[in-house]
Amino acid sequence: MKWAFTTDRPIYAQLVEQMTFAVVSGEYRAGDKLPSVRDLAQEAAVNPNTMQKALAEMERQGMLYTQRTAGRYVTEDVAMIQQIKTKLAEQQVADFLAQMGKIGLTKDEIIALIQQS
Amino acid sequence: MMEQQYPIIECSSVTKRYGSRTALNGLNLTLNRGRIVGLLGPNGSGKTTLIKLLAGLLVPESGNIRVSGMPPSVETKKIVSYLPDKDYLNDWMKVTDLLAFFADFYADFDRQKALEMMQRLGLNPEDRLRSMSKGTREKVQLILVMSRNAELYLLDEPIGGVDPAARDYILNTIITNYSENAAVLLSTHLIYDIERVLEEVVFISNGQVMLQSSVDEIREQQGKSVDGLFREVFRC
Repeated sequence: MKWAFTTDRPIYAQLVEQMTFAVVSGEYRAGDKLPSVRDLAQEAAVNPNTMQKALAEMERQGMLYTQRTAGRYVTEDVAMIQQIKTKLAEQQVADFLAQMGKIGLTKDEIIALIQQS
Repeated sequence: MMEQQYPIIECSSVTKRYGSRTALNGLNLTLNRGRIVGLLGPNGSGKTTLIKLLAGLLVPESGNIRVSGMPPSVETKKIVSYLPDKDYLNDWMKVTDLLAFFADFYADFDRQKALEMMQRLGLNPEDRLRSMSKGTREKVQLILVMSRNAELYLLDEPIGGVDPAARDYILNTIITNYSENAAVLLSTHLIYDIERVLEEVVFISNGQVMLQSSVDEIREQQGKSVDGLFREVFRC
């Protein structure tokens, strides 16, 4: 998994975001066991406590769950993952449309452009 | 387990002078365990002085210093692992000598762990410090220091003067080797490289603490990185 961070937002929030992408894109699939906090922290080169905080937040959102002593898993609720995926996609589309609006394109012109590419 | 009721570091009104120059001026600082903390400040702000006081190498003119509830002493040196900001080991020593030296000095030294890390670096037991590049020497010193099962790691400029790949190696070694019961206090002015590894930062300036905060709090409240904030606060 590739990690990239910007300087203007909390690191834990960016970890949540990137881990969420990993789940909805299927890099980590429903029911998969996650690597340990320490291994993930090392991979992302972040503080283990920050990684812990991010995973706890995802747990709170229901995307992950912890099995006592056995580790942390991706939820088996496929419908929920799909729902998050749809929400993220809608956000992307809204951002895209807003940008295109700034350039001054109409909806029809945008659709024509998309079909061309 | 009694000592764990105390914060790992407590400094109150600590003043240290070198002749007429005041290095620390009534500094107050409390740090808890289980954290990697960055000690940040411009050149001459007192970072190395504070670390040396905590390591028991210097004595303050006034004020109180407690490491895990104890004044700096032989007892604290048993639980404090200190990396100085310059080469301090004899350069004729081989890897085997260094391991024996540390095993001799420190009861908490994990020789096996150090040996494994050195092997992963591609070092042979017969290699001498003298024959190593500056980057490798710094890695070796860090490996020795991080291979102790200490409660407090004091790292003075652990990433100064090494290339970015060596920097990543050193940061990785710190992340992998510190434990929840321990704290790491590291000084640096290369904040950008190290920011993600830190949980908390302490800014010092003119021998006093001017800010103590978590990295994410700074980002949340200021909308900028610690590096960005540092540049703003200490603009010359």
